[in-house]
Amino acid sequence: MAEAAICAGCRAYFGYPITPQNEILEYMAARMPAVGGAFVQAESEVAAINMCYGASAAGVRTMTSSSSPGISLKMEGISYLAAADLPCVIINVARGGPGLGNIAPAQGDYFQATKGGGHGDYRMIVLGPATIAEAIEIVMLAFDLADKYRVPVMVLSDGMLGQMMEPIKLAEPVDPGLLPAKPWALTGASGRRPNAVTSYAMDPRDLNRINTKRQTRYRQIEEKEVRYRETETSDATIVVVAYGTVARIARTTVKMARSQGIKLGLVQPITLWPFPYAPLRALSNQVNTIITVEMSAGQMVEDVRLAVCDRAETPFYGELGGLVPTPKDILREVQRNVS
Amino acid sequence: MSVNADKMVRVFERPRSLTDAQFSYCPGCHHGLVTRIVAQTIDELGIQDRTVIVAPVGCAVTMYEWFRCDGIQAAHGRACAVATGIKRVNPNLIVFTYQGDGDLAAIGTAESIHAANRGENITVVFINNQIYGMTGGQMAPTTLVGQRTTSCPDGRNAQLAGYPIRFAEMIAQLDAPVYVTRQALYDQKRIMAASRAIKKAFQCQVEGKGYSLVEVLTNCPTNWRMSPAQSNSHLMDEVVRAFPLGDLVDRD
Repeated sequence: MAEAAICAGCRAYFGYPITPQNEILEYMAARMPAVGGAFVQAESEVAAINMCYGASAAGVRTMTSSSSPGISLKMEGISYLAAADLPCVIINVARGGPGLGNIAPAQGDYFQATKGGGHGDYRMIVLGPATIAEAIEIVMLAFDLADKYRVPVMVLSDGMLGQMMEPIKLAEPVDPGLLPAKPWALTGASGRRPNAVTSYAMDPRDLNRINTKRQTRYRQIEEKEVRYRETETSDATIVVVAYGTVARIARTTVKMARSQGIKLGLVQPITLWPFPYAPLRALSNQVNTIITVEMSAGQMVEDVRLAVCDRAETPFYGELGGLVPTPKDILREVQRNVS
Repeated sequence: MSVNADKMVRVFERPRSLTDAQFSYCPGCHHGLVTRIVAQTIDELGIQDRTVIVAPVGCAVTMYEWFRCDGIQAAHGRACAVATGIKRVNPNLIVFTYQGDGDLAAIGTAESIHAANRGENITVVFINNQIYGMTGGQMAPTTLVGQRTTSCPDGRNAQLAGYPIRFAEMIAQLDAPVYVTRQALYDQKRIMAASRAIKKAFQCQVEGKGYSLVEVLTNCPTNWRMSPAQSNSHLMDEVVRAFPLGDLVDRD
C-alpha cells in the first residue's frame, strides 16, 4: 500500500507507530527520502494529521496511516481537512476495539469512517479493499478521488490485510510534476492574489453558503463514484453483503454453497461511502434474504437495511473482539436462513 | 503655511505586505504592534511572495486576511505541526506561526515542543498575554500566581493550578533551536528591541539556520480590566518579574 501511494505520486507521509500498521511507517521512512518526498515520524497522531493538513495545503499528494485508536486521534484533523477542502489519504488498518482493544482484525470502525467521526457536517470517501491487489488499486484511486473532489479519502483496511503477504503488480508510477495544477495551494503569493486555506467563517450566512456548496460536491460523489463488486448474484436467491477481509472469506462461501445447490451471491461494497444503496435495492426485489456479515456487532448492516427496507429479510452475523469468521461459519448462517 | 508635496519625505507608512483590511484586535492591545512588526519584517526581508502565515485559534484567527501573503488557519494548538507539513514539502517558503499562550503552551504543548526539538526551519511568534483573550479572559498556562481571571476568580492558586509556564526557557533546554528570545512592548525601547528580535528570527529561517521562537510579553487591556497605560505599567512592574526578558539561545 505504501509503494502504491508512491506510485500515485504521494510525496509526503506523516505517521506515528501503532500496531498493526507499523510496516507502512517503516517503509515510508526509507522510501520517501529516496523519491525526494517528505517523511516525519510525528510526536502523535494529532500532529501527524495536522502535518498532512499543512503539506496538502502546500499542494502535495499527502498520506498518513494508523490503526483504530490512532484514527480516533486523527478525527479532529480529518474534520479540518474536510472543512478546508483539502485532499488527503488516510489508511486505517483497523483492529479490535473499543479502547485499546487488541491488534487482531476488526471492522468496528465503520460508523466512525462513514458517518462522521469528527465534528460537523462532512463526508469522507471510504474505500474497503479485500485483498492486497485490491488495496493497491484502491490506494491509487484514493489519491485521484481526493484531488478530484478535494476531500479526505479513507482506505478502511484491517489487521488481516495489514499482516499478509501476496504477490502484486504495481501500476505505472505517476510523475507528481504532471498531475493537474492546484491553483488554490499555498505556494507563495507571487504574481497572484494570496491564497487562504481555512475552515473559519464567522458569519452564519457565509458558513451556510460554503457548507451548501460542499454538500453539492458530496451529491456528485454519491452519483458518480459508487463502487461495488457482485459475485454470482444474477440467479441468486440469497445474498451475503460483506466488505474487506470478510468479503474475501465470503467468496469461498459462495463456492461452497453453490456446490451444495444453494444459489448464494455476494455483494462487496468497495465504496463504503458513498454506499451502494441502489444495487442492493435492486437485489432486494430478486432475493428473499440478504445477510450482512461483519467483524463487528453490526454497523454496515444499518446501511444494508436502509437500502433493502422490508423487501427482503436482512439478518446479521458478526464476530467481535478480533475474531475472524471462516467460510464455514458464514455458510452455516446461510444454511440456517435457507432452511 | 504652504506645503510643497514634492519636498516631503515619507518616513512612516503602512507595511506593503499588509492589505487594507482592519485588524480585529481591541484598542490598546499589543497584538496590533506585533502583527505590524511582522509585516514590516516581511517587507524589509523582501519575502512577501514566499511567506506562508499559519494563523492560530485566538485573537489572530483571521490573520491571513490582513497580509498580502498566502495563509492557513490551523486547529487550536496545531500550528507548529501544520507549519512542519508546509515547510517540509516546500522548503523555499518562509513559514511562521503566530500563537497565543493557550494555543502554544496549553493545548499545543506537544506540537510546539516537538517542532522545536526537530529544529524545523520555521519561525514561531508567541504572544504571551497571560490570559485567554478571545474566549473572554480565562486562566492561561502563563497566568501569574494570584492573577484574577474568569476561571480563577479568586486569583490563580498555585496549589491547585500550578505556576506560570516559562515556555521560552523550556524550548531553550533543547539542542536544536537556533534563536530563542523573550521580548516586551511596554515602551519605545522595548518595541525597537522586539522589532530587531523578530527580524533576526525570520532572518535565521531565510538563511536556513533552523528553528526560532520569539516570545512577546503583551497586554490584554480588555480582559485584564485595565487601561492600556495601566497594562503597560503592569507588564513593566509585575509580568517581567515572572518572565525575564532577553535572549535565551543565540546560535545564529
